[in-house]
Amino acid sequence: MICNFFRLSKNKILNYITYIYLAVIRGTPLIVQIFIFYYGIVNIIVLSPFWAGVAALSIHNGAYITEIFRGAIQSIDRGQMEAARSLGMTYFLAMRRIILPQAFKRSIPPLGNQFIIGLKDSSLVAYVTLMDLWGTGMNIAYNSFKVLETYIVVGLYYLVLVLFFSYFVNKVEKKLEVDIKK
Amino acid sequence: MMKIKKLNKFFGELHVLKDIDLEIKRGEVIVIIGASGCGKSTLLRCLNFLEIFDSGEIWIKGEKIDPKKDNLNKVRENVGMVFQRFNLFPHKTAIENVAEALIHVKKYEKEEAFKIAKKLLEKVKLLERANNYPSQLSGGEMQRVAIARVLAMKPDIMLIDEPTSSLDPELIDEVLQTMKSLANEGVTMLVVTHEMGFAREMADRVIVMDGGKIIEEGSPDEIFDRPEKERTREFLSKIL
Repeated sequence: MICNFFRLSKNKILNYITYIYLAVIRGTPLIVQIFIFYYGIVNIIVLSPFWAGVAALSIHNGAYITEIFRGAIQSIDRGQMEAARSLGMTYFLAMRRIILPQAFKRSIPPLGNQFIIGLKDSSLVAYVTLMDLWGTGMNIAYNSFKVLETYIVVGLYYLVLVLFFSYFVNKVEKKLEVDIKK
Repeated sequence: MMKIKKLNKFFGELHVLKDIDLEIKRGEVIVIIGASGCGKSTLLRCLNFLEIFDSGEIWIKGEKIDPKKDNLNKVRENVGMVFQRFNLFPHKTAIENVAEALIHVKKYEKEEAFKIAKKLLEKVKLLERANNYPSQLSGGEMQRVAIARVLAMKPDIMLIDEPTSSLDPELIDEVLQTMKSLANEGVTMLVVTHEMGFAREMADRVIVMDGGKIIEEGSPDEIFDRPEKERTREFLSKIL
């Protein structure tokens, strides 16, 4: 969110910082980022597998979410900002009261999408020894030799999680729509 | 009330406003007419600093406004603007639209703000629509809410930019009626419109713009019945 204002702001330096962040994060694979956080920066700070995973996943998804919010904010008609400013509102007040509430609503579908991607991407943390769903699944598969069955079950678990989550997003979307009753 | 001296505005290479001089007195209703692209809307937008002029001076109530130094938010509180496309806030009901700036800009108590908003909606004859969202209102109703929203700020002057151009013909009249009643109450207005009936009936002065310049200025009778400039005659013959 902060990056968002950086990106939209006219300040060239802030804009540039965000540009680099987005370029680097979106331009490199998540697995590389996770490995850098876990194995790569041990000289500076040693992170537990859990925190390395958390850091990599948040920074990774943050980049995509920044772009989702940017798109949503820019999709709001310019007239909204003009009307707000013409009533004497400051830029930040207009953002907070007028633009962001509308933009947030518009960003829910792509945001839900991104969370689903993030949920599934999180399986990659298994490769830094973190025992998440996927990691545990791999373990069981190796030990029991029931490879197909285990992976199908793991897949089903993800499916259930995602379906549950999509259902939830749909509910939120419907709920917000009631406000405006098209 | 408001004085404009030698105002110039460029969009890149394009010279949109050329040495505009204009003085608006308190309570005056001024109608600006002219072909599209002549700079009418830009002039209005400059007066409320949605566009910043490139050279010239704008004086409001005896004070010269410097867009770089002065707090433009304060200036805008007193210069209301009604837009062609209403620009109501779609996530707020009619009454919330009117009360919004009272609460968050003028810092009124919520209760007080809604009381004022209610009165204003009554004035534009929309009290029964107070709790409807903009998407549930007709174009004419939306524009009246937008007018009420501006009135709530008690501006010194209202800039009204083609208020009826995006309305169906049968909805135009209700908006014009609202504007007429405001004019009769002595609200200072600068209106860009193609509604010549309104101009003739309500305007104290009519200004004709062409190519970024004010080419003619006078009472409605002078402009409509005895236009001096060939360009004015040409424009009027097309529109009347």
